[in-house]
Amino acid sequence: MSTATHAGFSLLANLPALQVVVPMVAAPICTFLRFRNGPWAFALLVSAAVFWIAVTLLQQVLTHGVISYEMGGWAPPIGIEYRIDEINAFVLLIVSGISLVALPYALRSVEREVPQDKHHLFYAAWLLCLCGMLGITITGDAFNIFVFLEISSLSTYMLIASGRDPRALTAAFQYLVLGTLGATFILIGVGLLYIMTGTLNIIDLADRLGPVSDTTSVRAAAAFLIVGIALKFALFPAHFWLPNGYAYSPSAVAVFLSATATKVSVYVLLRFEFTVFGGIEAFDDLHFARLLLPFAIAAFLVGSIAAIFQTDLKRLLAWSSIAQIGYMALGIGLGTPDGLTAGIVHMFNHALTKGALFMAAGAMFLSIGSTRITNLAGVGKTMPFTTLAFVLAGFSLIGVPTTSGFISKWYLVLAALQHGNAGYFLAGLVLFSSILAVIYIWRIVEVAYFREPAGGAVVKEAPLSMLLPLWALTLGCYFFGLETHYSVDIARQAAESLLGIAR
Amino acid sequence: MQWLGQFNYYVFAILMMAGIYIAMSRGNLVKKVVGLNIFQASVFLLYISSGKIWGGTAPILTDGLDRDISNPLPHVLILTAIVVGIATTSIALALIVRIKEAYDTVEEDEIAEAETLYEQELVEIDAARMNDARVDGA
Repeated sequence: MSTATHAGFSLLANLPALQVVVPMVAAPICTFLRFRNGPWAFALLVSAAVFWIAVTLLQQVLTHGVISYEMGGWAPPIGIEYRIDEINAFVLLIVSGISLVALPYALRSVEREVPQDKHHLFYAAWLLCLCGMLGITITGDAFNIFVFLEISSLSTYMLIASGRDPRALTAAFQYLVLGTLGATFILIGVGLLYIMTGTLNIIDLADRLGPVSDTTSVRAAAAFLIVGIALKFALFPAHFWLPNGYAYSPSAVAVFLSATATKVSVYVLLRFEFTVFGGIEAFDDLHFARLLLPFAIAAFLVGSIAAIFQTDLKRLLAWSSIAQIGYMALGIGLGTPDGLTAGIVHMFNHALTKGALFMAAGAMFLSIGSTRITNLAGVGKTMPFTTLAFVLAGFSLIGVPTTSGFISKWYLVLAALQHGNAGYFLAGLVLFSSILAVIYIWRIVEVAYFREPAGGAVVKEAPLSMLLPLWALTLGCYFFGLETHYSVDIARQAAESLLGIAR
Repeated sequence: MQWLGQFNYYVFAILMMAGIYIAMSRGNLVKKVVGLNIFQASVFLLYISSGKIWGGTAPILTDGLDRDISNPLPHVLILTAIVVGIATTSIALALIVRIKEAYDTVEEDEIAEAETLYEQELVEIDAARMNDARVDGA
């Protein structure tokens, strides 16, 4: 697809650029909107536009195949290429969709948790974060990934620290230190690859790496990249920033980040591991992907066990996120088409599920003023709709049949079983970890339904602007659990295209 | 004497490890930021060194390509990374200012103590609220 410099401006031909440029330009405009709810309405409008672009792009990719967009009319590999195939079109859809659903929810949550005079900056940071994540996903240029990664990270630090809880400040600082280490590791890895090949374009890199692949520099580049990306997606043992970051940030931020930020980093891992390093024979001996397996297993065991012992609902959900990241890494680590499909489907399903759970937790925070589990006694009676949605989304987290969580675990177990005896062991561990999930979700159910409310302060049901997005995501968990046609088919195509470029 | 030709890369490795060590081991938040800066600066050195050739000049084409020229691309890339480094440092320092306002210290262990106290306070406030509710009910 050519740029439209000579043929006049064509909207459809320039959608890949607009996907990133619209939120990027909108962010500074947002800082000028100081009237009540103005920044929020503007951010919502921009999110809707961005979501429409993502849907259109996915349709174009599914019907016409890969889209290659030349930034500024410079042909790749010299110019920066935006390259959209099944996998990143899918991730674009997840990120922009979650932003669109989370923003209506954010209105009341942010009103309560962020000082009124900071709202325009809060939504500007939100849009920048959205822009960064979309940019990471859409670009076909390794250095560009680093730049967008830092755009999204810097705005994430702001979003986490924007609440009233002083513990959010230290959480944001901790994340800043680890996030900068991770991003700089990625920068070193990209630099070493550039030194060895003289190119930054991802497709071109994959082509040119062959002759120099058996060198220390390229192996070091791979190591730096994987460690850097693992820091960004909080794979065990690099997960320390995540629980505090999600638990003490404003509720809407926890919803947005838990459903998108780690997914985008998982995508970057897929991109480097399969598109760039996938076709290299020198790496086949290393069983590159399998290096992830021990960390993935440790992540879902440690995450699930730690979640059981938390005293705060948001921290419990954050630890559960670490476990879910472990499942995704397990699917990727298996390295088979089925394993990858499971990992990619779980990205989507976990975005729905964890988004819904954090929304329910945020709604409880709004009404009760705390998410400590002892304070949630009787919340099933005082906030019936929120709690019911929490329980239903909790089923999806556990992996009860008819939910989307079941679909991803089903494919994960199937993929594991293809690996003989070790596979039975892996499948057993996944099932064991699911039982742990039953325990920590049951702790909340027990407190919410079988204990009497404390009385005194009147607890009201959450406002409709929070309930609607919450129920939309919860019903989404069930819709994509019963109608697997969309999510699984797209994920399978994405997995095959990742492995197809590789082999 | 080949190692002397790779002098820049040795310095890169040493600075990188020194930077990471400072960022991880120091308890003072400002020193952590200094460590991060050293770490990031080491990467600038890696990129800039890779573009330079001995005897190479600036890539300005006057009369054909008759001389060796340095590769300008890594230098341009690293300009972006320098900007990112400045942005990171300023956000980190802004966070430190607010942490100092909230806890009156920038030492990690003292902040941890203050946070434990803050959490205990929250628990006590909740307990008091529960008690009040019970008295009201009775």
